[in-house]
Amino acid sequence: MIKSELVARLAEANPHLFQRDVEQIVSTIFDEIAAALARGDRVELRGFGAFSVKNRPARTGRNPRTGDQVQVEEKFVPFFKTGKELRERLNGSPGSAREPGRRAG
Amino acid sequence: MSKTVTRAQLCEAIFQEIGLSRTESAQLVELVLEEIAEALTRGETVKLSSFGSFLVREKGRRIGRNPKTGEEVPIEPRRVLVFRPSHVLREQINSALTGRAAEGGD
Repeated sequence: MIKSELVARLAEANPHLFQRDVEQIVSTIFDEIAAALARGDRVELRGFGAFSVKNRPARTGRNPRTGDQVQVEEKFVPFFKTGKELRERLNGSPGSAREPGRRAG
Repeated sequence: MSKTVTRAQLCEAIFQEIGLSRTESAQLVELVLEEIAEALTRGETVKLSSFGSFLVREKGRRIGRNPKTGEEVPIEPRRVLVFRPSHVLREQINSALTGRAAEGGD
């Protein structure tokens, strides 16, 4: 499923909204998540999962082909940890989207 | 200190940018996550351009070990979700955060 298909599905389920509004809603959600990560913040969506940023310190690496030493700079990489409920759903457990009191990031 | 963003902030952003009511904004955030979760549960990959893709990986059965007791335990075949950030997202985050600590940011 790509973004346009996601938008189409949501628009179908919400006939009172314009397709361009739905597009903007989807974009806003993911732009907000990206902006939060770029500030170094964590994004926690209980039941779905959590996005965070991991720091990879600078290190001396090696070119595996030539064996030359290379300086690898420090970097920050986005990371996603699947939420408990979604993990269970992927494996066919009953954990439905709205099971009360069983939500976990 | 880094903060934690939750559904509440995503709803607020939709309320501000699109002008839906707060209640409806909250419903839409939930629906978006639910559609994605359903696609993944069907085993589909979800690709969000310039953000990244979520893919489901099938893991085979293997023998694991309880690290505390050293006891061997079978790990049954299962499906795991993997998020692959797009280059755009990686670049956005990396360029925003590198060097910031040195400037005394955060």
